[in-house]
Amino acid sequence: MNPRIALVLKLAALVGLIVFPSFGSSFYTEMVAKMLILGIFAMSLDLLVGFTGLVSLGHAAYFGIAAYTVALLTPKYDPANFWIALPAAVLAAAAAAFVIGLFVLRTKGIYFIMVTLAFAQMVYFIFHDTALGGGSDGIYVNFKPDATIAGWQPFNLDEPLQLYYFVVAALVAVFVFLTLVLRSPFGKVLVGIRSNEHRMQSLGYATFRYKLAAFTLAGGLAGVAGFLYAVLFGFVTPEYLSWHQSGNVLMMVILGGMGNLAGAVIGAFAFIGLQEMFADWTKHWQLLMGGVIVAAVLFMPGGLSALPGRVLKKLNQESKHG
Amino acid sequence: MAEADLQIRGTASAAPAAQGDVLLVADKLTRRFGGLAANQDVCLSLERGMLHALLGPNGAGKSTCINMLSGDLPPSEGRILLRGQDVTRLSAAQRSKIGIGRSYQRTNIFPGFTVLENCRLAAQSRNPRPWKIFTDALGLTDTLERARAAIVEAGLAGREQRIAGTMSHGEQRQLEIAMVLATDAEVLLLDEPLAGMGSEESAQMVELLKRLKQNRAILLVEHDMDAVFAVADTITVMVNGVVLESGPPEQIRNSADVQTAYLGDGHV
Repeated sequence: MNPRIALVLKLAALVGLIVFPSFGSSFYTEMVAKMLILGIFAMSLDLLVGFTGLVSLGHAAYFGIAAYTVALLTPKYDPANFWIALPAAVLAAAAAAFVIGLFVLRTKGIYFIMVTLAFAQMVYFIFHDTALGGGSDGIYVNFKPDATIAGWQPFNLDEPLQLYYFVVAALVAVFVFLTLVLRSPFGKVLVGIRSNEHRMQSLGYATFRYKLAAFTLAGGLAGVAGFLYAVLFGFVTPEYLSWHQSGNVLMMVILGGMGNLAGAVIGAFAFIGLQEMFADWTKHWQLLMGGVIVAAVLFMPGGLSALPGRVLKKLNQESKHG
Repeated sequence: MAEADLQIRGTASAAPAAQGDVLLVADKLTRRFGGLAANQDVCLSLERGMLHALLGPNGAGKSTCINMLSGDLPPSEGRILLRGQDVTRLSAAQRSKIGIGRSYQRTNIFPGFTVLENCRLAAQSRNPRPWKIFTDALGLTDTLERARAAIVEAGLAGREQRIAGTMSHGEQRQLEIAMVLATDAEVLLLDEPLAGMGSEESAQMVELLKRLKQNRAILLVEHDMDAVFAVADTITVMVNGVVLESGPPEQIRNSADVQTAYLGDGHV
C-alpha cells in the first residue's frame, strides 16, 4: 500500500480511538482499552515472529511476569508508585526474556517453538504453584499505581477515561518506537536474519547477539502490555502466563498479518471482537475461532492488514483488463 | 586501467605487482567426519594480487576446505593464519570482520530484498555503530556508497532496485560476489562462482575475477577448466582429501599425476 495512504489510515484510526469514549459506553471503552493493550502485546511478538523470524510460543511469560510484578509491588491498602511500578514491571519482563533468550536462542525452528513453550510453562508453574503468586486464584491489585510526584498528579489511572487515554498513548509510543527501531541498522539486521541467518553470519554479523537483543526488547514491550493489563483489570491470574495466552497472541499476529506493526494491532482488535461475538453465541467459541484462523491462513495471505492492498491490486488489474 | 594489461596478467603466471604479500595461510588443515578424513594435512597460501584455484573431482574435499577457511566448519587439526595471526578459532562472523569474505556454491542471498539492500546489509556490517537504534539505516551514506560501489564493481550497475530473487541465475551469482565486495574483504573465497552459467556469463565472470584479484587474494573453487586456466596464478589439485599437486598452471597442465587422477582425456 502507498505509505501516504497508510499514514492517513493510521491517523484516522488514532482520531477514532481518541473520540471513541464520547460515543461508546464505559463497557465498550474498557473493551477497546483491552484490545489496545493486547495490540501492544501483539506488536511486541511481531518483532520476533514477523520481523526476526523467531516463532515464540511462550510470549505470555513476559506479559505475565510484568503483570505479577505490579501485583506484588502493590501494598494491600495503598497504591504502588507508578514511577517505580512501570519500570520495575518492564525490567522484570525484559530481564526474564534476556535470561530465557540465552538458552532458547541456541535452538532453531520447531525446537525453538518447543523450548519457548517449555520455559513459559516453567514460569507459569512458578506463579501457579508457589506461595509467591497466590495460586490459581491470583492476586488482586486493589489500587491502581499512583503517578503523583511531589504533590502533583500528571494523570490519574483510577479515572477510567484517563486510564483509557494512557493506554492509547502507550500504544502510539510503542508503535512509534518499534517503527524507528525497524528502520534503524539494528532493525535491518533483524529482517536480514529472518531472510537468511546463515548469510548474515558470513557477512560478519554475530546474529546471536542481535536475536538476544530483539528477544529482550520484545519481552520488555510485552511487559508494558502486562503492566497495563493488570492495572486495567485490577487483578492477575496465572492464566496471563498460560500457553493459551501465548497461542492467542500468536493468532492475533497471524490474523493481522505477520511483519506489519499496524497489522498486529488490527489482529488484536479482530481476535477480541470475534471472541466476544462468538462467546455470545456459544460457549464453544474456540471452535469457531479455530475455523476463522484456518480460513485466514488459507485465504488471506498477509492477514487483515494486507487485505486493502490486495483489493486495490485486484481492482487495478480488472480496470486494466476491462 | 587497460584491458590488455589485465589479459596479460591474467593468463601469464608472471609476477604481479604485490607478490610476496601473503594474506591467508592454511597450515596442515585436517577435518574428520567420523573415521573419514575429508581433508588431510591440506596446506594452501593466498597472496594479494594472485588467484589460487582449487581443483579436484567431486568429493575431493574442496568445499570442506573452503568451509574451514571461512569459519563455517571448525577444523579437527591444523591452523589458519591471516596476515600471520592465528584465526583458527574465530567464528564465520568474526572472520568476515577481519577481511575474509566468501561466496557459496548454492546461491546464498536475500531473495526477497532488492540488489541494493542485499549489498547495503553487507556493507552495513562494517558500520562501527550497528546498535544505534534511532538512526535511519538508509541515512548511513558511507554504507550506501560502499554498497553502490560494490554493485558497480560486480557488473550489476542499473539493477540496484531489482528484487534479487527475480534475477537470472548469472546475475544472482554476480550479486553474491557484490555482497562479498561490499564487506571490503581482502581475501575472497569463491565456491564455484561459474556453476550453472552460460558461456557469455562465464566470460564476464572471468573478466570480473581478473579485475578483482588485482588488489585482493582469491581462492577459487571451480570445475570450469577453461576459466581456471585463464585466471589462475597457482593451482592446487586435491584428490580424496589430500593435496595431490600444487603449482603454476603450466606445471599442473603437464603433470602426469594430475592427468591420471583427475583431468582425464576430455580436458587436455
